[in-house]
Amino acid sequence: MSAVGEPGTKELLSLDELEAAGGVRTGRKHILSILVENKPGVLTRISGLFARRGFNIDTLAVGPTEDERLSRITLTLDGAVHPIDQVTKQLHKLVNVLKIRDLEPGETLARELALFKVAADGPARAEVMQICEIFRAKIVDVTKRSVVVEVTGTYEKIDAFEQLVRPFGLIEMARTGEIAISRGRGET
Amino acid sequence: MRAVDALMECLKAEGVEVVFGLPGGANLPTYDAFYDAGIRHILVRHEAGGGHAAEGYAKATGRVGVAMGTSGPGATNLVTPICDAMMDSVPVVFITGQVRTELLGTDGFQEADTIGITMPIVKHSFMIQHPLEIPRSIHEAFHIARTGRPGPVVVDIPQDLSRADIPYEPVTDVHLPGYQPTVEGNQKQIRLAAKALAGARRPVIYAGGGVISAGAAAELTELCTSDRLPVTCTVMGLGAFPAPHEQWLGMLGMHGTRAANYAMDEADLIVAIGARFDDRITGKLSEFAPRAKFIHIDIDPAEISKNVPAHIPIVGDAKNILPRLTAEYRALEPDPARLEEWWSRINTWRERHPLRYEDSKDAEIKPQYMVQALYEATGGEAVVASDVGQHQMWTAQYYHFREPRRWINSGGLGTMGFGLPAAMGAKVGCPDQTVVCVAGDGSVQMNMQELATCSQEGIAIKVFIMNNGYLGMVRQWQELFWDRRYSAVDMGRWPDFVKLAEAYGATGIRLEDKRTLVDDMKAAIATDGPVLVDVRVTREENTFPMIPAGAPARNMVG
Repeated sequence: MSAVGEPGTKELLSLDELEAAGGVRTGRKHILSILVENKPGVLTRISGLFARRGFNIDTLAVGPTEDERLSRITLTLDGAVHPIDQVTKQLHKLVNVLKIRDLEPGETLARELALFKVAADGPARAEVMQICEIFRAKIVDVTKRSVVVEVTGTYEKIDAFEQLVRPFGLIEMARTGEIAISRGRGET
Repeated sequence: MRAVDALMECLKAEGVEVVFGLPGGANLPTYDAFYDAGIRHILVRHEAGGGHAAEGYAKATGRVGVAMGTSGPGATNLVTPICDAMMDSVPVVFITGQVRTELLGTDGFQEADTIGITMPIVKHSFMIQHPLEIPRSIHEAFHIARTGRPGPVVVDIPQDLSRADIPYEPVTDVHLPGYQPTVEGNQKQIRLAAKALAGARRPVIYAGGGVISAGAAAELTELCTSDRLPVTCTVMGLGAFPAPHEQWLGMLGMHGTRAANYAMDEADLIVAIGARFDDRITGKLSEFAPRAKFIHIDIDPAEISKNVPAHIPIVGDAKNILPRLTAEYRALEPDPARLEEWWSRINTWRERHPLRYEDSKDAEIKPQYMVQALYEATGGEAVVASDVGQHQMWTAQYYHFREPRRWINSGGLGTMGFGLPAAMGAKVGCPDQTVVCVAGDGSVQMNMQELATCSQEGIAIKVFIMNNGYLGMVRQWQELFWDRRYSAVDMGRWPDFVKLAEAYGATGIRLEDKRTLVDDMKAAIATDGPVLVDVRVTREENTFPMIPAGAPARNMVG
């Protein structure tokens, strides 16, 4: 694109530095931390916004905050698939939404809790327990033929754990989806 | 105090002078409160008519319109006006009845999930869960509807809660921590915009309905006339700049003028003000204004770079921003001579491609002439509502709007049946003005029933039906793009609008002669009470020029 006006007008302004980034796909996973009023229907309004644009939310976690009037929604989605810029702006327009942070991966602590029900009888049990130890996972239920394991960590860690226990017979898995908070003293 | 009486107090505190609505089981308590509240209630014949009337009222006056309906079908009938108000940013508060709380979610009689159904098409909504929430929610609803980018707000009140006895204290503040519209434009951005504008050789000011919502028509005119900046408006923005005017290029977009569309196509700088780069404006997006940089001024940050990336975004209220932009622009003392070449190019287009049609040589009334005749008959001073279709585009082309809030149409949603009730609402809001509606014979039948409301309430609107016996715009597309295979567009000769008008207690007139049309229209306008005029026009006439859908602006045809 050419600068504004014809040659000779450039000293007024070079607009090329001001290219806006509408509808750009970032190519990475995004963690949105959304502070909302703790009122009925708020989650529907938010999820509806994503649904209307055909966006697929990867994970979603909702819970209370330090202020009882507010809830925090943490949702993750794939910026390689969806341009999140427009939907973030639309989220800002929701009256019950107070704050949205698209968390920077390097400055964010993200954790997820997962429960795995694994078939573990005979010699397999010892192996599963060994994996648990490496992952600092806890066995929270044992029967003759299975264990239930509780794991926390980043979603990558939980993915890795899943890969390792799957061969033993992964009966069921439940994951909370990540919650996140920013590093350091400042508010998320 | 009953919660519904508190509701009335809230409406009065908001300055509501009229409510358009229709009662039913779930809002019986509210209607009991109307009985002696001292607020004018206009009983419509269909909730959709009430909703559009509230929109027409809001568009004509700039105040918040109010429409009411009962639960279930009452609320679902309001869905179209709610969506229409959302698309065109019209401040309307919709108050719906809901079934008793104990019936919620049980498929109770006349139960519909109003909040759920309307969620994607409201600016905000309130589901009342406790009677004490009613007063605050009403005030917050009005605040949200009228501020920032205006829009519809729904308040859904379960019947039992509206019957509660509550201690009422006037609410004097609203507390919406998540709702803080940006009003003041960033000074640095404004300065940047002024510099870009001062340097531009081929600028175009592209103004939309946001300028009218902001009440910034005078400020827009001031900016444009501070130099010789060419101006075009969207169909929603007509009246934001006084037409006709030497700097006025006409409307842009699908049925805009060639001068406006070609200017956009060749511009080096486009200043969008309260406009949203709708597909009816841009045509083929990838080929839209290929040489232009964009300054985008809008109160809604989500509009910035939504369709077209903005080089200089300015978020804020046009009324705040435009005077500052004008001042910064003037301070740069831009050289007006730099625009001479641009104007000579624009003037060539204007001379070569004025709006034109082949007029009849006999008594036959061409639809374009009908609008010109109406312009003459009203001295260009009327508030003009329209429905949606060919007649809407011809009116936008041939009726020149000198002032804002004179042109009331459904732009975004394109709602047939909008015009007659919207004119009704506009007339209620502006009783001293001549309010006409240009309708299509197809559109008008979609909310015809409100003529009864007009007769009963003495709302003297003058409806001019551009009657060609077709769903004209669809027929035009079938003719141009579907090999003249006319499918389901012939409306026949029915109804007899004159008899129908009389049945509704209005005056019915049929006009078929071009030679006396202006005088006949004047006579119709001078007739007391609501008047329905059946103007028989050429059956097959196309709205030109046009940008074929999906084509770039320079490929205009007709």
